[in-house]
Amino acid sequence: MVRFMLGRLLRAFITIIAVVTFAFVVLRMSGDPSQVMLGPDAPQDAVDAFRHRWGLDQPLWVQYFAYVRSILTGDFGVSMRDHASALGLVLQRVPATLQLTLPAMALKLFLGIPAGVYAALNRDSTTDRAVILLSVLGFTIPSFVMGLLLVLIFSVMLGVLPSGGQDTWVHGILPTLTLAIGGIGILARFSRSAMIEVLTQHYVRTASAKGMSWRNVVWRHALPNAALPIVTLVGFMVGSLIAGAVVVESIFSWPGIGRLLIVSVSNRDLAVVQCILLVIAATMVVSNLLVDLAYGWLDPRLAARRH
Amino acid sequence: MSISHTLASPATDAKSVRRSRSRLPMSVGLGIAWLGAMVLVAAFADQIRPFDITTMDLAHRLAPPGGLKHLLGTDELGRDVLTRLIQSIRVSLVIAFGATLLSATFGTLLGFAAAQFRGVVEHLILVLADFQAALPFLIMSLAVLAFFGSSMLLLVCLMGFYGWERYARIARGLAISAGTQGYAAAVVQLGATPGRVYLRHILPNVASTLIVSMTLTFPEIILMESGLSFLGLGVQPPETSLGNMVGFGREYLTRAPWIMLAPAVVIMLTTLSISLVGDWLRDKLDPTIR
Repeated sequence: MVRFMLGRLLRAFITIIAVVTFAFVVLRMSGDPSQVMLGPDAPQDAVDAFRHRWGLDQPLWVQYFAYVRSILTGDFGVSMRDHASALGLVLQRVPATLQLTLPAMALKLFLGIPAGVYAALNRDSTTDRAVILLSVLGFTIPSFVMGLLLVLIFSVMLGVLPSGGQDTWVHGILPTLTLAIGGIGILARFSRSAMIEVLTQHYVRTASAKGMSWRNVVWRHALPNAALPIVTLVGFMVGSLIAGAVVVESIFSWPGIGRLLIVSVSNRDLAVVQCILLVIAATMVVSNLLVDLAYGWLDPRLAARRH
Repeated sequence: MSISHTLASPATDAKSVRRSRSRLPMSVGLGIAWLGAMVLVAAFADQIRPFDITTMDLAHRLAPPGGLKHLLGTDELGRDVLTRLIQSIRVSLVIAFGATLLSATFGTLLGFAAAQFRGVVEHLILVLADFQAALPFLIMSLAVLAFFGSSMLLLVCLMGFYGWERYARIARGLAISAGTQGYAAAVVQLGATPGRVYLRHILPNVASTLIVSMTLTFPEIILMESGLSFLGLGVQPPETSLGNMVGFGREYLTRAPWIMLAPAVVIMLTTLSISLVGDWLRDKLDPTIR
C-alpha cells in the first residue's frame, strides 16, 4: 500500500512538473509582455529596463531554472501589473469561485446520483425515460448557452433574478444552476448505466435468490459496487472545482479565478497565469490521488492486489 | 442499454424486438437527418446563403425574425442572421472535422507505435497521455490562443490535440491484443512490413471502436471551439462561428435574443444528434463497450 501510494505520488509530482514546464515554455515563447504592459509606442530603453526587471532578457533555460527554484522555496512570483504576490492574488479569488462550484457540486451529487439510480431500478418506466431525456439535454447544452438561456428566462423575461455581479447570495443562483445542470445530467446518466451493469451481476441475483429483501440487495450489494465508477467521475468533477467555472464566471461577471485568468491572460501577466495553472493542476492531481485512495477503501480486492 | 434504444422503442415482446432491430429508431433517424442537413449546409454554404456575411442593411438593424427579406432577422449592424448562421455552421464543422481527424490519426499512430516498439517508447507515450489527460485543456488553449493570437490554422491544430490520448490508449490496447491473434501473426510470418500489418490488417479490425470514440470527441470539440470563440479567443471577426455568434448575440440579449438563440439551437441540436447517433453506432459496431 505504501509503495503503491509512493508510486502514485511520484506520478502526480511528474504531472505537475510537466504542466508547469509546458506552461512556462508556451507562455515565454508566445510574445513579449512588455509590448502589452508598456504599449506599442514605449521607448526602447523603457522596454529594455522592463525586460531586465523581469529577467526576460535572460536565455529561456536560465529563466526556467530561476522560476523552478523560486517555486520550490514557495515564491510564486509577483504580478507584472500591480506587483502584488501572484499566489496572494490567486488565493484571494478562490473563495468566490468556491461559492459557485461547491453548491453546484452538492446539487450534482444530491440530484444526479439518486436520479440515475432511481432510473436504473425502474428501467424502461416513464421516469426512466424522462431522466434519460433530461440528462442528455443537460449535458449536450454547452454552459454558455445554458447560462444565457437562464438569463433570458429569469432576468430578461421574468425579471426575478439578477443577471450578473456578486452582491448578494441571490446573484449566485443562476451561475450555480448553470454549473450544476450539465453535471447533474452527466452524473445521472453515468450512475444509471453503472447501476444497470451491477444489477445484471450474479451476486445480485444470488442475493435476491437467497431471500434477501430487495431494499437490502440494493443498499448492501448493488450500490457499493456501482459506487466505484461513479467515484471516478465525481473525483474528476472535484478536480475541476477551481477550473470549471471560467466560462460561467465570465457570463455572470463573477470575480473568481476564471475572471482573473482571462484578465491576466489578456494582460500577459505571466506570473499570475502560471500560478493559476499550477493551482488548477494541483487540484486535479490531488483529487485523482483521493480517488485512488477511495478505490482501495471501496473495493478491498484492489487494495489486496497491490500487496 | 443506450439512450436512443430506450427512447425509441422499449421493445417488450419478441416480435417487436425483431422489428426494432431491423428498423432505425426514430430519434436516431432524426439525428442522422439533422447531421446530413448540417453537412449539406456546410458544403454548399456559398450557394445557399442569401447575402454576403459582411453585407450590412443599415435600414433594417435588429430586425426580428420572420421578415421576408431576413428570415431569421438581422443583427446590430443589419447583417442577415441566417447568412451568418450558415457560414458559422461551415466554420464550426470544418474546425471540428479537421481537429477530430487530426487527433484520431495522431493518437492512433502513437498507440500503434507503443504497441509495436513497447519498452521505452511505450512508457513515454503513456506518460504523455497521462499528462494530456491531467491538463485542463480549455484553460491551456485559452492561454495559448491569447498569447499567440488566434488564427484558423492554430485553432484547428490546437483542437487537434484534444482527446488524442484516448485514441492512443484504445489503439495500443487493441493492437496488442490483435498481435496475439492468429491473423496478425500470420501476416507477420508471411513477411509483411509493420506498416502493412498495422494499416492493412489491424486497423480495419479495430476501426469500429475508434469510430465510436470519434463520435464522443467530435461534439466535445464543437463545444470547446464554441466556448473559446464565445470568450473571444477562438474564431475572430469578421469570420464567424457558432460560439462567436452566441458571444456577440449576448450583448443584445434583451433587445434581440434571436441573434443568440439561432446559433444556440444549432449547437444544441447538433451535439444532441451526434450523441444519439453515436450511442446507436456504439451498440451496432461495438457490443463490448457500453
